[in-house]
Amino acid sequence: MLKNMIQTSRLKSPWIIHFDCGSCNGCDIEVLACLTPLYDVERFGVVNVGNPKHADVLLVTGTVNHRNKHVLKNIYDQMPNPKLVIAIGACGLSGGVFREAPNVVGGVDKVIPVDVYVPGCPAKPEAIIDAVVAGLGKLAELQKQAAI
Amino acid sequence: MKTLDTITVTPETVVGEVAKLVTSGWRMITMSCVDLSPEQFEVLYHFDKELAETHLRLTFPKGMAIPSVTPTLFMAVLVENEIKDHFGVCFDGLPLDFDGKLYLEEEVKATPFCKYSTGTKQ
Amino acid sequence: MARTIIPFGPQHPVLPEPIHLKLVVEDEIVKEALPQLGYVHRGLEKLTEIRDFNQMIQIVERVCGICSKIHAMCFCQGVEEMMGIEVPERAKFLRVIWSELHRIHSHLLWLGLYADAFGFESVFMQFWRIREKIMDINEATAGNRVIVSVNVVGGTRADLSPEQCNWILQELDWVEKETKRLQAVMLDDYTVKKRTVGVGVLTREQAYALGAAGPTLRGSGVAQDMRQFKYAAFDKIDFAPVTAPDGDCYSRGKVRFLETLQSVDLVRQAISRMPQGEIATKFKGNPEGELVTRVEQPRGELLYYLKGNGTKFLERVRIRTPTFANIPPLLAMLPGCELADVPVIALSIDPCISCTER
Ligand code: SF4
Repeated sequence: MLKNMIQTSRLKSPWIIHFDCGSCNGCDIEVLACLTPLYDVERFGVVNVGNPKHADVLLVTGTVNHRNKHVLKNIYDQMPNPKLVIAIGACGLSGGVFREAPNVVGGVDKVIPVDVYVPGCPAKPEAIIDAVVAGLGKLAELQKQAAI
Repeated sequence: MKTLDTITVTPETVVGEVAKLVTSGWRMITMSCVDLSPEQFEVLYHFDKELAETHLRLTFPKGMAIPSVTPTLFMAVLVENEIKDHFGVCFDGLPLDFDGKLYLEEEVKATPFCKYSTGTKQ
Repeated sequence: MARTIIPFGPQHPVLPEPIHLKLVVEDEIVKEALPQLGYVHRGLEKLTEIRDFNQMIQIVERVCGICSKIHAMCFCQGVEEMMGIEVPERAKFLRVIWSELHRIHSHLLWLGLYADAFGFESVFMQFWRIREKIMDINEATAGNRVIVSVNVVGGTRADLSPEQCNWILQELDWVEKETKRLQAVMLDDYTVKKRTVGVGVLTREQAYALGAAGPTLRGSGVAQDMRQFKYAAFDKIDFAPVTAPDGDCYSRGKVRFLETLQSVDLVRQAISRMPQGEIATKFKGNPEGELVTRVEQPRGELLYYLKGNGTKFLERVRIRTPTFANIPPLLAMLPGCELADVPVIALSIDPCISCTER
């Protein structure tokens, strides 16, 4: 029964952690804007946590560079299964305007598997909320697989 | 064509000139490094005092270490480390030396900002 | 007493961006702090070799999303000066309007994060609620919430209609009213003062010698603001820098709070004095020569060193951002403080790491 409860609440109230790889801040503040009164995702039970071990969903903004790719991998590894990764912004997708810069590795998917991509430079808060909702479908599937 | 009014300095005089400006109340803003040619780098020191600007210009051959101004002016520490990262310019007597790893990890190409040839990274 | 090293960051709940500080502590007291940067370094100054000077505007805007407009303005001013382009008066005023709107939203954002750092989450939410109005103005007038991208070399790409100006003024009245309501909390509240007064002191001499910029410098009593330079339309606008004398976190917060209200006033002045006319000049040719331009960002003085060689690719773009200058002062503020105050002090310089590392 407890398992059941966890499974439903994970879908109804996903906890997110936000990690900023080399983002220009544009996407970051849009992620934060989702939490504030106008968009207020907390009313859906989406809580922003600081600890990867508590989180179900990882929101990554910005390009990966040679130094933060280790941090990113680390955070991803620390998250419990099943987990969801959402890459936000043109930078998170491919490197965006910075893809040719010397210290840029590229999109987030060069380092960790990504489930949902949110385009935009910066991505709008509405799009980010949509992405989390879209990702929950995938999380449900992962959960089912894990249960079998 | 716009050019910058600069005071030309040599590696021997740069520390003295900087100290002179600092004691007369100038405030350092930053330094910029330019890759001039396959043989030469140029470092500009930008100063400010009550909205007026002055600039020192130091041109030197690649491979040569120039004296660090950080002991005179602590605020230069990050700038000098940054230039070392990007261009591989060595600063003599730099306290708190990140050794070219302020921004960059080992696996990146050394001195990514050099245009003509890679500088030496010691 | 044994020394312990405590890592602060790169992923830390109060920091929106990754910066790593190694704190050497004795008991609860910080003795020394060492920064470790590079988590956001991209190396975008190098992109000038493959992007021409018009495309570079889009790149420099993305040095930092929060003050993107001001980066682009600084870059355009530099290129215009190099090529001898005369910018139409109206475009200058438009630039002031958008850049002051950016300053308002940046300061509100910071005030929120700062309140969050000392545990005042409801104030964080309040400031961000007010800030959304500015984002709406940006979206309605320029088409994007954060990166407005209105500058082009020679002027601006968008104009404001009289209806839009009126609407902006109305919205700003609301912003001003709501911000003033929070004044009592930010500036007079007993708990807030307890957390900020006398914490992280930077004396006037230290601030000057360590090259502090912007509110960090003005919070230590030095009245230096690049807007005194009268770039863009600031020559036709009444402006005096805001300062606070004490150099602690409270002073820095106060400077930013009052600047938010001041910027509302500057936008009003700019809208009322804006002349009619063209918004952009046509031009031919490529930039040549070298120069330094400076403008005032929300976080302080921004310097661009540009060098052109007569081709469409600039030879060198060097960006000195305010947070880069504010890190040595931060290192000077930390020793002697308590560990629990580190987040507040670190935030009090308004760190923008993506600016710092570019
Ligand atoms: S996608 Fe655009 S707004 Fe987002 S981090 Fe990248 S450059 Fe900034």
